[in-house]
Amino acid sequence: MATRLDGNALAGALSEVFREDVTAARARCIGCGGVSPIGGAVVYPDAPGLVARCASCDQVLATIVDAGDRVFLSLSGMSTIELRR
Amino acid sequence: MSTPSGTRLGRSRPRAAWHLATVADVRPETPTAVRLTLEVPGWPGSEAGAHLDLRLTAPDGYQASRSYSIASSTPEGDVVLAVDELPDGEVSPFLVHEVRSGDQLEVHGPLGSFFVWRPGESDRPVQLVAGGSGVVPLYAIAAAHGASGDTAPLRLLYSVRRPDDVFFADELAALDGPAFALDVVYTRQAPDGWTAPVGRLDKAALAASTIPASQRPRVYVCGSTRFVETIAGWLQELGHSPTDIRTERFGGL
Repeated sequence: MATRLDGNALAGALSEVFREDVTAARARCIGCGGVSPIGGAVVYPDAPGLVARCASCDQVLATIVDAGDRVFLSLSGMSTIELRR
Repeated sequence: MSTPSGTRLGRSRPRAAWHLATVADVRPETPTAVRLTLEVPGWPGSEAGAHLDLRLTAPDGYQASRSYSIASSTPEGDVVLAVDELPDGEVSPFLVHEVRSGDQLEVHGPLGSFFVWRPGESDRPVQLVAGGSGVVPLYAIAAAHGASGDTAPLRLLYSVRRPDDVFFADELAALDGPAFALDVVYTRQAPDGWTAPVGRLDKAALAASTIPASQRPRVYVCGSTRFVETIAGWLQELGHSPTDIRTERFGGL
């Protein structure tokens, strides 16, 4: 069984990219159009990086690959992220 | 990673940063787990339910990092972790068997703003469901709830193998009061004189020992991936809305 975690597990990696913690931020999935907190996504940590999928439709929402001196971040599965000021 | 200097007005949440922590105390929590108290200069405090990433660096430069829930939720001061050993783990065996007072560890946190509980945020009741060491962030929530005097009812259902495996046993017992209820399910062995059934939690037992969906509790579930997914599925079958259920899987079986 592939390891599954929650979007909460993205907090550390995303804190290096965003100004504030975004795991409570809501994002729209490009697959199903659903809007839900990033912390509620399903995260697969065993790839060469973190893969976050929509909990409703399994669309890949984001991938984060830590390459030491660089981070490769894709948010291609989220059309909008609601960020609080 | 860069950190803006100075304090920005209006910032209400502690900001994550890397910190060098010194182990102030190590004590056995259960036969397979330790409680670590860390002194972390500059730690901004954390919300109940938050976690941190802990990074170990070997002499040859190899690094391994794992996430651990924070058992403390004090505004500032020491950070308390309770770490259970995963048999094939890369970090937890070191923390359980090798770490001594005075050792230094790198921690990144506090992390997470979704699987957290904040005092006064809602009048709705709160149901916590813990599997094994998944009780750590839920203990933090129960303790913060008790310390804050928040009057929304809070109930913790704790599934654990044996009495010796209970984390924060004394602290949980001390939280007993009008706004907090603790239900324990022993899956392998119960204390002497225990009259409730011993064995794995099932849907009927879950329904019988949690706040019903009709009261619209906000629910937090933490445990192994299999435990969390099983419980979350049953909760939805029992009428709880998926949006009322927050989960924290820690992996494992």
